Amino acid sequence: MNQWKNFTKGFLKENPILVLVLGTCPTLAVTSSAINGLGMGMATTFVLLMSNVIIASIKSFIPSSVRIPAFIVVIASFVTIVDLVMQAYTPDLYNSLGIFIPLIVVNCIVLGRAEAFASKQNVVSSAIDGIGMGLGFAFALTILGAVREILGAGSIFNYKFINPDADGILVFVLAPGAFFGLGFMIALVNMINAKK
Amino acid sequence: MSAKKKNSLFNLTSTLLIISGIAAFVLAEVYVVTLDPINQAKVKKKEAALKEVLPQFEKTTEVRLKPEDSKDSISMFIATKGSDTVGYAFETYTDKGFSGRFTFMIGFNAKGDIVNTKVLDHKETPGLGSKMADDKFKNQFNGKNPATYKLAVKKDMGDVDAITASTITSRAFCDGINRAYLLLKPYLKGGKQ
Repeated sequence: MNQWKNFTKGFLKENPILVLVLGTCPTLAVTSSAINGLGMGMATTFVLLMSNVIIASIKSFIPSSVRIPAFIVVIASFVTIVDLVMQAYTPDLYNSLGIFIPLIVVNCIVLGRAEAFASKQNVVSSAIDGIGMGLGFAFALTILGAVREILGAGSIFNYKFINPDADGILVFVLAPGAFFGLGFMIALVNMINAKK
Repeated sequence: MSAKKKNSLFNLTSTLLIISGIAAFVLAEVYVVTLDPINQAKVKKKEAALKEVLPQFEKTTEVRLKPEDSKDSISMFIATKGSDTVGYAFETYTDKGFSGRFTFMIGFNAKGDIVNTKVLDHKETPGLGSKMADDKFKNQFNGKNPATYKLAVKKDMGDVDAITASTITSRAFCDGINRAYLLLKPYLKGGKQ
């Protein structure tokens, strides 16, 4: 039951973007379409899971004053692995996400979970926390991406449902649309959480 | 927190050394494994682009050319079928994009008419500048000869319909085509003799 809570808390109760408001930089930047949001979310989930597992299993070997540099090395390694693997096997997705992948290193969610959770808990809890947080992040990014894509481009997952020559509401594809969308999502989640 | 190692100088350095060493080893392995697929993906992308922008051809020969206004050379691919030259493709670029340089492939037939264009790599705004890869924008160039077709957006007294809200990208695209056409010119004259 406790592990189930570890898993589900990433979606609503402690959603990294919508409640903790961590990692907003990649969130605002990549969510111009649903598929970009999903891809970024999945890449981050993988990094979160792997870094949480490794950090939870080596935490007792790391002296406390060098723990941050040690965590960063672990996280950066996994980000580089994701970067190379995506470049090799999913070149199309890499084209649209390319410049944001290296930014996962400095995504506060990954380091935040390593510091606040994985460095204090056992391996299994940390793995579940990583997956839950990662999927919560992916979930929020995909929704935000979908909303912006529907309103801004009139399409969803690249499937266009309005006249192909017509334009959507441009502002939603641009930066202000990201702030509007994220703001409304945060408000909505706060409302849901307040009712519970 | 559980029992931790002491913060002695030896412990600090040795821990970081070991962690960095393992990370370096793992990354080297991954790099070696993915090196081949990455190169293959790049070659495949280029080949697919060549097929898209050129008339039917049997093989291409690559020539490196240097534009006058830049130190970065451009690859030209001369497409041949039997002993005839059927077209020229350029892996051209422009630095005037909204977010810096983007590269695209452009193909001409033997007479110098534009056959097609294909964007290879860009950082333009998704949903705005990225529309340069859509048919609506890029197809207007197809079949046009830059000798008679004015390669500038209508705002600049040219013949090109700019993308809504992306005039800078549209201008940059024209700039890239121009760069390729200037390099193509000497070859066309040679062909007419």
